[in-house]
Amino acid sequence: MTTLEKTQTNQTLDGLRKWLFSQEVILLIITVVGLLLLSTRSDKFLTVENLLNQGRLGAEVALVALPMTLIIITGGIDLSVGSIMGVCAIVLGYSWKNLGLPLEGAIVVAMLTGTLCGLVNGAFIVRLGLPPLIMTLATFAFYRGLAEGISQARSVRGYPDWFFEMGQKNFQGYANGVPNQLIIVVIATIIVGIILARTTFGRGLYAIGNNETGARFSGIPVNLYKLIIYTFSGFMSGLAAYIYVSRVSTTRSDMGTGLELDVIAAVVIGGTSIFGGSGTIIGTTIGLILIQLLKNGLALAGWKGDATTIIVGAVLIFAILVNNFIQRRTGGRA
Amino acid sequence: MAATPITPSTTQSESLATVWRRVLRGLTSSQEGILLLVIIVLMFSVGTSNPRFLSQNNLTDVFAANAYIAVAAIGMSMVIVSGNIDISVGSLVGVLITLSGNLAVGLAAMGWPLPLVNIVAWVAPLVVGMFVGAINGFFVAYLRIPAIVVTLGMLSILKGGLILVAGGNTIYNLPAGYTIAQDSWFGIPVPTVFMIVLTIIAAIWMRYSATGRAIYAVGGNAEAARLSGINTRRIIMTAFILNGLMVGVCSLLLATQFNQIQATAPSGLELFVITASVVGGVSILGGTGTVVGSTLASILVKAIASAMLFINVSPYWLKAVQGALILITVLADVLRRRRQAR
Repeated sequence: MTTLEKTQTNQTLDGLRKWLFSQEVILLIITVVGLLLLSTRSDKFLTVENLLNQGRLGAEVALVALPMTLIIITGGIDLSVGSIMGVCAIVLGYSWKNLGLPLEGAIVVAMLTGTLCGLVNGAFIVRLGLPPLIMTLATFAFYRGLAEGISQARSVRGYPDWFFEMGQKNFQGYANGVPNQLIIVVIATIIVGIILARTTFGRGLYAIGNNETGARFSGIPVNLYKLIIYTFSGFMSGLAAYIYVSRVSTTRSDMGTGLELDVIAAVVIGGTSIFGGSGTIIGTTIGLILIQLLKNGLALAGWKGDATTIIVGAVLIFAILVNNFIQRRTGGRA
Repeated sequence: MAATPITPSTTQSESLATVWRRVLRGLTSSQEGILLLVIIVLMFSVGTSNPRFLSQNNLTDVFAANAYIAVAAIGMSMVIVSGNIDISVGSLVGVLITLSGNLAVGLAAMGWPLPLVNIVAWVAPLVVGMFVGAINGFFVAYLRIPAIVVTLGMLSILKGGLILVAGGNTIYNLPAGYTIAQDSWFGIPVPTVFMIVLTIIAAIWMRYSATGRAIYAVGGNAEAARLSGINTRRIIMTAFILNGLMVGVCSLLLATQFNQIQATAPSGLELFVITASVVGGVSILGGTGTVVGSTLASILVKAIASAMLFINVSPYWLKAVQGALILITVLADVLRRRRQAR
């Protein structure tokens, strides 16, 4: 079966069984069961207010998870996203406070910085054939180092009120409305989801992940595609940095530490194969929701802050085991 | 470093020059040689501008301060050579130092005899480290889950578990004699002794033992290794268990370094360890690299950090330098391979 045939929706009974056992459906069931169990532990959990607030808190991870899904589908990885977020946050604060740029300009410069960081990753990976793991490991250290070096570990505060609009206010200012950044997340998710599933570019990414040499020979501009997704990853990290700074009102050089782990966990839990070649934006979205709500539910049930990462780790390994089991049963690549 | 005065006689200068050239070529043909050269050049250039850099105190610090990273990098090198990776090292170290410290304090409070308390507290992290390594190895080797995913999961579980149980407390009142990393054996700080001895043992073992060679074979080409009769699963298991043991020794050195223990995972430790391995010449694709390289690399990183202080560069740039170092190493490796391929 070719890749294209495999990924096209199949109307047969076999297809239905495959769908029932697909990662997305199983995840959805786990999520719903988990939510119901957790909602019995705290009556604050399943409220519209809390859920919308969780959307606000999870926005940065969700934004970066989109390009990460594309990258992992091609068989790559980007460990530097947290560090890019750190350097962008610092560039935002530094160019406004120390270089005297207007804040609007500083936001643009920060996002350009992120895009440039991603472009550098992509260029080295494509031009020199470096493994993405090693290239982004190097820039993971390098970009974080730039953030620390430029800021000398000093934080920037005192942003004007309008700056917090993005991170702390709701869409059109309703008291109990949808957080601004959640709107951006939803729009970005839909656009990337459509691009991945319905365009030549998106199909090309799967082809690269399944067989890069084959993709090259069938005329897919592999290098250009890779350059685009790593650059996109940098841009989204820059955007996430702006939203994050706007949400927490201050800029520090350690911002985004550990972001890459949360993002990769969400993408992998969402069913994207770490070997490349398969995965969907819907899966990633469910993975994100699952992680964020499990963390929140446990925190409301009285767990101490970061202790909730236990559940992320456990769900991650469990999801992979289930994924392996399914792929063996349905005869996919193990 | 003991000062060994070199006084070349002018009559032999020609032959000496050729000898030097040969030595230089020999050194630059391997990653270990290049690292050694860089360390020596760095020490001399910074040492001439500021002689205090070469003072005994500073040199002792350069060789001892990163010893725990060098020890962990030995295990990491084995795992990476086998074609895998372990990003859970930092969290595991956090768990193990907390375990060791709490055991020492708890057993001493229960009235156990002191030498026994210390021995149990020293050995426990080694055993538990090997156990966690075995779990990682089992998932990677037998359930065939990629190492980066398994150890990412392990990282989250250990980190969360540590916060849940210990809550970031500081452990005080460690029993007398526990802080072994503060001692010196034969005039050499204990961490340095551990680093040198373990590096030598591991280097010999990886080069000459059947299992050690098999790690290279599995990392180079797992399928070919399997077909030539190597039990690849057992080898990967072994690499992860030994890595756990090394992380245990690393934790032991870290826990006994000061008179108190911070019960949290040291941030970014896995990065330092992976940096040491990669800069030391261990290919992230598996199959090549030595532990001598990774140990030299951890010494180099500390030497650079120390040199930055002496030439008045803000230590906040250290991480950027470290990242640049990985990049330069990898680029040099790519260029060298291209030249060889031609």
